[in-house]
Amino acid sequence: MHDMSIASQILGLKKREFSSVELTLHYLGRIKRLNPIFNALITVTEEQALESAKRADETLSGNIYNELCGIPVVHKDIFCTRGVKTSCGSKMLHNFVPPYDATVVENLSQAGTVMLGKANMDEFAMGSSNETSFYGPVKNPWDITRVPGGSSGGSAAAVAARMTPAATATDTGGSIRQPAALCGVTGLKPTYGLVSRWGMIAFASSLDQGGPIARTAEDCAILLNTMASYDHRDSTSLKFQEKDYRDEINRSISGCRIGIPREYFSNSLSPSVEATVFKALGVLTDLGAILVDVSLPNTKLSVPAYYVIAPAEASANLARFDGIRFGHRCENPQSLEDLYCRTRAEGFGEEVQRRILIGTYCLSAGYHDAYYKKAQQVRHLIKQDFTEAFSKVDVVASPTCPAPAFKFGEKSDDPVKMYLEDIYTIATNLAGLPGMSIPCGFVDRNPIGLQLIGNYLQEARILNIAHCMQKETDWHNSAPKEHS
Amino acid sequence: MRWDSVIGLEIHVQLSTVTKIFSGASTLFGAKPNSQACAIDLAMPGTLPVLNSKAVDNAIMLGLAINAEIPPISIFERKNYFYPDLPKGYQTTQLEWPIIGKGKVPIFLKDGTKKEIRIHHAHLEEDAGKSLHSGSFGSGLSGIDLNRAGTPLIEIVTEPDLSSATEAVIFAKKIHSLVTSLGICDGHMAEGSLRFDVNVSVRPNGSTALGTRTETKNLNSFKFMKEAIILEIDRQIEILEDGGTVIQETRLYNGETKTGYSMRSKEEANDYRYFPCPDLLPVKITKSHVQEIQKKLPELPDERSIRLVSEYGIGAFEADILSTSKELSNYFEIVAGKCKNPKQAANWTLGELMGRLNTANLPIMESPVAAEDLGVLVERVCDHTISGKIAKQVFEAMWKGEGTADVIIRDRNLKQLTDLKTLNELVTSVISDNPKMVNDFITSGPQHRKKKLGGLMGQIMRRSKGQADPKRTNDLLARKLCELTNEQED
Repeated sequence: MHDMSIASQILGLKKREFSSVELTLHYLGRIKRLNPIFNALITVTEEQALESAKRADETLSGNIYNELCGIPVVHKDIFCTRGVKTSCGSKMLHNFVPPYDATVVENLSQAGTVMLGKANMDEFAMGSSNETSFYGPVKNPWDITRVPGGSSGGSAAAVAARMTPAATATDTGGSIRQPAALCGVTGLKPTYGLVSRWGMIAFASSLDQGGPIARTAEDCAILLNTMASYDHRDSTSLKFQEKDYRDEINRSISGCRIGIPREYFSNSLSPSVEATVFKALGVLTDLGAILVDVSLPNTKLSVPAYYVIAPAEASANLARFDGIRFGHRCENPQSLEDLYCRTRAEGFGEEVQRRILIGTYCLSAGYHDAYYKKAQQVRHLIKQDFTEAFSKVDVVASPTCPAPAFKFGEKSDDPVKMYLEDIYTIATNLAGLPGMSIPCGFVDRNPIGLQLIGNYLQEARILNIAHCMQKETDWHNSAPKEHS
Repeated sequence: MRWDSVIGLEIHVQLSTVTKIFSGASTLFGAKPNSQACAIDLAMPGTLPVLNSKAVDNAIMLGLAINAEIPPISIFERKNYFYPDLPKGYQTTQLEWPIIGKGKVPIFLKDGTKKEIRIHHAHLEEDAGKSLHSGSFGSGLSGIDLNRAGTPLIEIVTEPDLSSATEAVIFAKKIHSLVTSLGICDGHMAEGSLRFDVNVSVRPNGSTALGTRTETKNLNSFKFMKEAIILEIDRQIEILEDGGTVIQETRLYNGETKTGYSMRSKEEANDYRYFPCPDLLPVKITKSHVQEIQKKLPELPDERSIRLVSEYGIGAFEADILSTSKELSNYFEIVAGKCKNPKQAANWTLGELMGRLNTANLPIMESPVAAEDLGVLVERVCDHTISGKIAKQVFEAMWKGEGTADVIIRDRNLKQLTDLKTLNELVTSVISDNPKMVNDFITSGPQHRKKKLGGLMGQIMRRSKGQADPKRTNDLLARKLCELTNEQED
């Protein structure tokens, strides 16, 4: 059952080949066996899952139900879940049980999905390797000596290890796409504003966007149908034309113009990754797509701009963790300042503290214009680069990451090296565009991801291209070897 | 040396919207601590703000009322600092792109001159919660009440155009009257609905350069504001006259002890690290929306004041005070309509009535003397039924609820003696009973005669129990004494 896509599981449930309870028990069994190895989940909600599954089976016996009814999911621990601990991978929130659901969680539960648990992640979504989690690193199911990517490493690893057919995730600078690539699964970061941020613990509000990780593009389309919604509780939520993202998924991609940004195929890209990506692009050209050389001239500025804007917003977003109302509080504070200092020094890990300091510095009097304001100008230039590119092509394609998954500890001592991990994904967030990563081959048995970037609200288009490729290839069906 | 003072105000106006500026929690005053703070107000992780459009409309109303520019776009920013009653660790406010731009507010000084106070800008922001340092929390513990957190505020910032505590109070009262007339603020100063920060500096008389200013924060009554400004002006002058320098600092004023003290100096000031709030979209205001609000604007104090001057012929200063609230001007209009003498109506409303109301700390709506009844009393003065002096006694009785003017005048037999024959007899008898006083009058120089005449008038009034028509009696007495003087000299 765990090798089935969501699309096939939906059919299986419909045809009564198995029940949601059976499906749920199957995955819970796998979680019990595999989570100690991969550490993909922080919390397993076994009891709740079985109750939801029972309810789903009742609903499924009727005539009207959402197609996702009875399908198990895992939520990244950044999404608030009513009555279930939501830690955001941090000691700061090790005791935090929200009294409300995130909109994404609400949408998926109303559809009848079954929450299996909460996925591990880099602390406050700050990291590209899942090594910053208070709950320990997630292991890459393809090679447990390697990182799963981050920050949604738990979501991607759980899907890759077949511990869940679907996971929610978030992407601020590549946090859906990079772990999806490194774990050999499919992940979609929608247009900024398509998925509500309500109840999603903020890292950098103007960049954060929730999205699905699953095995296939079709599954991502099914999940997006339910995850995307206009939400009056999120002022940056978009009022968009609702549609079924599967409608255009089989459309012919003949004549489709795929932009290849020359700046993305530079020295920093590993030659074997480049070769793998071009081989996959060959599949698309065989289907009639046309590769077009495009330029995104400000690409090299995207990482520096991102590491000003994201920490600046984070420095304010994380100010609420002060030990006063919720979360970690230091023992026996001697004064207000002592309470703040020790609570935050104890509650936040090293990377989070580093980013708060960077952000605070960038916003400080005398540096604000040189850093924050400049970065905003760069952000504008990057948007223009894409506007220019999309005047010539339908989508932009590139590798998701410059290299396959790296070993634990390889980059954790060098923040800048780690930050460059997101070099191909960050610009998409700065521009607010939709992007996805799909498996496109292996280098030394480590999965490689192909990134597809669409124009605003063109999720259907990139899902269509991804699906067409997945119909022709088998990379997305490859599974890491089973651990016992 | 003579010194000029330069004063600018920052006025925090708490908007009387039903819900908070970024959440659906109630803004009602006086609820149990923390019972009106929802997840958003508590800054729970993952919560997001949504702007209350009523607060925006209130700001537009104020902008129109202070003749201000209303820019098409304004932006909320985060002002970062840590404090236990600031749940998010930043205040959502506006800095570079405020909702209201430059404006101006005319005020009328006591001598009738008009002065225009320029408004630098006004912006929307959220209020913080309250830290309670005394209470039943145990020793060394403080309490936090977040009911107020997220209450919408408009902060109005003036240019330093005010030159005395009196002017500052006139202006502050004008703003109070504006926001209450607009219905955007309940005006309850004791509850903190209107709070003032005063920026004060002094400079040698005639100088144009500004001196170093201090800011005294959080004054919540006109009285305290006046006291704090006067105290601060005196303090600065004393420092400068002793050869010292004024330090730029934030100060507080204690209205109980009547003392001011430093809170923090400029060096200790926070770096607030403002930046646009990414959770909120820029606020777009269209011309047509502004026009719609303009149409629904109630009569404003200035319009009312101009109408009172033209319709009733009263002075601009009086009209301006009467226009501070709709209730007060309505009261005046009833009194004036009844007594047909607007000037007297204005005098009585602003003098006797307001004096008593202020002492009793009562709003005009709760006046024990109804406008119609005061109108009758003033009418009785105007038609000479009673004198002004007697009228004050009658007013006292009316205040105590002892009946209407006519009833009190009748029951106590207070009607004025106006009959010439009776008055003549009264004057003659007093003259013959007080030969020394009469003689004093005759023998004194013309410059002292007025005083001497006053003495005899007093005798007459005493004998008539104050009921003699003062003007007629005075005329009669003067004429009689004049005749006597002439006889003497002949």
